[in-house]
Amino acid sequence: MYHSAKQLLELCERQEKTIYQVVIEEESKSSGSAPEMILSQMKEILSVMKQSSQGTLNKKVPTLSGMMGGDAQRVNEYQKNAKTLLGVIPNKAMAMALSTAEVNASMGKIVATPTAGSSGILPAVLMTLEESLNLNEEDLINALLVAAGIGQVIGQNATFSGAEGGCQVECGSAAAMAAGAAVFASGGNNEQIFHAASIALINIMGLICDPVAGLVEFPCILRNASGAINALSAADLALAGVKSLIPFDEVVKAMYKVGKALPENLRETGLGGIAGTPKGCAIKNSLLKNG
Amino acid sequence: MKNLGIFDVIGPVMIGPSSSHTAGAARIALVARRIAGIGYNHVNFFLHGSFAATYKGHGTDKALIGGILGFEPSDERIKNSILHAKKAGITYNFIPIELEDVHSNTVKIEFNYPDGSCFYVIGSSIGGANIEITNINGTSVTFTGENPTLLFRYKEQKGMIAYISNALYAKGHNIHLMLTIKEDDEVLLVVELNESLDSDLFEAIKNGKSFLFSKYIYVPISKIGKSND
Repeated sequence: MYHSAKQLLELCERQEKTIYQVVIEEESKSSGSAPEMILSQMKEILSVMKQSSQGTLNKKVPTLSGMMGGDAQRVNEYQKNAKTLLGVIPNKAMAMALSTAEVNASMGKIVATPTAGSSGILPAVLMTLEESLNLNEEDLINALLVAAGIGQVIGQNATFSGAEGGCQVECGSAAAMAAGAAVFASGGNNEQIFHAASIALINIMGLICDPVAGLVEFPCILRNASGAINALSAADLALAGVKSLIPFDEVVKAMYKVGKALPENLRETGLGGIAGTPKGCAIKNSLLKNG
Repeated sequence: MKNLGIFDVIGPVMIGPSSSHTAGAARIALVARRIAGIGYNHVNFFLHGSFAATYKGHGTDKALIGGILGFEPSDERIKNSILHAKKAGITYNFIPIELEDVHSNTVKIEFNYPDGSCFYVIGSSIGGANIEITNINGTSVTFTGENPTLLFRYKEQKGMIAYISNALYAKGHNIHLMLTIKEDDEVLLVVELNESLDSDLFEAIKNGKSFLFSKYIYVPISKIGKSND
C-alpha cells in the first residue's frame, strides 16, 4: 500500500507500470477482491457519474431547499446558443459539474467523489474528456483509477471533511483528482499527473497567502493563470444567467472577515501553507544562503 | 497512517446531498430495521445534535424513512420515501432529543409493533457514510454493519462462544472481531466476519441452542444497487 505520491510513483517505476495498474493491483491485494470485480464496480460508478452529469442539463430540477436549481440548464443553453468567452468545452464542463451538484442537492443518485458536496467535478471532467479526446469506456475507467490513486494519497494524509479542512479538502481534492485524470487521459506521464494534481489543489487554497521564501513567485504565478480562468468561467456563468445568492458587498465583507480570522502564518508571512512545506523552507534557506 | 481503499475515495454511490446526513442516516435506519425485524407500524425517530438541527435541510428525514422501509442509501426511492411509507401504512414522528455522550449525528430509532411492543436502536453517522450502531434496546454495542455481523443474546451459560465459533470454523469462516457484553445474567455477543454467511449456516447456529435473540446483518457501504431485503 502507498501512503504518498512518492511511494505510488516508486511502485510504478519499480514495477514498470502506470499509475492505474498499480492502483488496481494494490486495491485487489488489500481488499481481496479480484481485479475484474473492481473493474465491474468502477463500470457501475462510471454509469452513475454519466447519468448525474447529464441529469439536469435539459431540465430545471429544484434543490431540496429550493434555493438553487436550473443553472446547469442555463449554462448548457448558453454554450449551445451564445458566443462564449471560454469556448464550448469549458462551458460544457461547467454545465455538467453543475448538473451532478444539482442532482445531489435534489436527492438524486450520485457518486461521492470524494464527498457528496464535491461530486460534480470528476464526472464533469471525465465526460468532457470522453467527448473531446474520443475516449472509450476502458480509457475512462483507467482515468478514474488514476483519480482514485490521487484521492487516496490526499485522504490518507489529510481529510475530506469540509468541516475539518474547509472547501479545499472537498472541491480542491476533487479538482486535484480530476486534473490528474485529465493529464493521464491526454497521454501525460506519471510525474505530469501529480504536477497537475498539485497545481489544482494549490489553486483552490483560497485566501491564504503563502509565497515560498516570501517572494511573489510561487504559487503566485500559477494562481494568476488559474485566476484568469476562474475569472473567465465566473464571467461565462454570469453571462449564462447564473446569479450569486449573496450580494457583492456582503461577499467582500465576508472575505475580509475570513482573511482576518486566518492565522498570521497564512497571511503573506512566507511561514505557513505552501511556503511552510519542507521543500518551501529548503528553497527559502538556500536563497538566504546564496544571498 | 490510515488506509483508504479506492472506493473510499470514489464512492459510495448514494442519494444526495450529504454522505453523513443522508447516506449515513439511511444506513443507520436500514441496519436498525434488520436488527429490529419487520412488522412495525409506527416508528419514532429521536434526533440528537446536528441531526436534530438540520434534518429537513439535508433530507435526513427522507433518508431515515427510506432506511426503515428497507431502501439502500443508493436507492432513488429515498427521495419519495414519505409517499412509500404512506403506501406501506407506516406512520412516524421526528422528535428532537438530547442524548448523553454521543456523536453529533445520532438517532435513536424506536420501532413500534401492533401488539404494543417496541424495540430501539441507536446509531451515529460518523462521516463519509460510515456509521456506528451504539445501542440495541438498552445494551451498549459497537459495530458498523460494514462487515457481516452476527448478534446473539442469551442467558449466561458455558460453552456458547465455543459452540458458535466451532460452527463458523467448520464452514471455513474467519472471525474478524468478537465482543461480549454482559448485563446481569444476560450476554450480548457480537461476531464480525470477513466474508458473508449463508443463511443455512445462520439458521443452523440459531436453532442449535436457545437464544433470546439472534440476527445476521450485513450492509456494506460500497454496495451498489437496490436492497434485496
